[in-house]
Amino acid sequence: MFRKRLDGPAATVTVSVEGHPVHVPAGASAAAAFLLAGLPSIRETPGRNTPRAPYCLMGTCYDCLAEIDGTPNRQSCMVTVTEGMRISRQHGKRHPDLT
Amino acid sequence: MRQFDAIVIGGGLVGAAIAYGLARAGMKPALVDEGDIAFRASRGNFGLVWVQSKGLGAPHYQRWTRRSAEEWPVLAKELFERTGVDVGHERPGGLHLCLSEQEFADRRARMEQMRREAGNFGFHYRMLGHDEVADMLPGIGPAVVGASYTDYDGHANSLNLLHALHRGFTALGGRYFPNRTVIDAVAAPRNFCIGGDLAAQVVVLAAGLGNARLAPVFGLSAPVEPQRGQILVTERAGRVFNRPTTTVRQTLEGGIMIGDSMEDVGFNTGQRPAVMAAMARRAALSFPWLAELQIVRAWAALRVMPPDGVPIYDESQRFPGAFTANCHSGVTLAGAHAHVFAPMVAAGALDPILTPFSARRFDVPQAA
Repeated sequence: MFRKRLDGPAATVTVSVEGHPVHVPAGASAAAAFLLAGLPSIRETPGRNTPRAPYCLMGTCYDCLAEIDGTPNRQSCMVTVTEGMRISRQHGKRHPDLT
Repeated sequence: MRQFDAIVIGGGLVGAAIAYGLARAGMKPALVDEGDIAFRASRGNFGLVWVQSKGLGAPHYQRWTRRSAEEWPVLAKELFERTGVDVGHERPGGLHLCLSEQEFADRRARMEQMRREAGNFGFHYRMLGHDEVADMLPGIGPAVVGASYTDYDGHANSLNLLHALHRGFTALGGRYFPNRTVIDAVAAPRNFCIGGDLAAQVVVLAAGLGNARLAPVFGLSAPVEPQRGQILVTERAGRVFNRPTTTVRQTLEGGIMIGDSMEDVGFNTGQRPAVMAAMARRAALSFPWLAELQIVRAWAALRVMPPDGVPIYDESQRFPGAFTANCHSGVTLAGAHAHVFAPMVAAGALDPILTPFSARRFDVPQAA
């Protein structure tokens, strides 16, 4: 049912998911990179600490929140991978830096 | 024709609180509501249970607000016991931040007038300097000159409040009729028919902006106008502070709400980036660390504003049994609506303490 677009980019970029290098097609989202890495969950919810993984992949459900290049709580499905991007799991709430 | 003890028109916070209060007082009420198309300020508000600046020049409104804030902890507790819904009420005291010496001086004058007008009833406030504010609200910026503070202020989860009032109302035997914009209403003394099939001896108009159109049918007047407010909400963050301010507060869930804009744009719920930017700028001046957080949601809603900003409560002279309630503070006044106003309606007449709130105040010609 699903095929890769033939006109899609052929190049790959390498990103880091929880410290592991992952090769993904250029133009893919950070959430796709995370799914390719095969980890069971990308975040724990801020309220009840339940594990979640990317779900809607279109910017609506907020279940793919991750820390990307040091910025917490980013919607990883809406971020396109770049070479060397660092993607880490989001643990619950963000903790603001008051200093 | 289905007969009820009372029919409340409007299922937002004002109508739901009154309907809940009527059911709690032993009546069998019906609550007639619009659907998702309703303007529904109750779904757009900021969630303050706010006292310190309400009722300047109108001491009866100041007292009414204070009374509601006193009822709030009781209402929150009983709603939780009845429905299992936690409305998240906290009353740690609240602040109004001042970002210039001029704002601070103006605020001091305003608070002092509130204290004078409170008379023997009392009104305790403090004007805090920058360092005292910093002790209460970690992470304030150097732009904060000071703040006014009172113990009376608090906040709550207003969506949960609306949910809990509806749950409590139906649990007490009230009947809810959604998706029924009231077009046809027939009024006679202590005999009202709504929508052709619901009848009661008592009717309460709590339809927000819709009251302006409905009130004349019942021999009442509710000259309310829309005033748009916009809100920004950040991603959830660990709890930084629990004390609300007039423009920035952190919810129990962690999101930080930024609000308090006012625009007169008619029935327009659109958003305006210039206003949103001004709100964000002031919030970031107050709390510089906020600038790093992401805004995840923003919306606009319409306040229900009487001409003088003071609520309108009335009972119809022409059609006894018809009452109306109009205000822009459905959250703050929920305690008074459920626990004070509704029992008056159930008893058949408004108490004289509500006489100054009558819309008849707009009929008096201004003295030259």
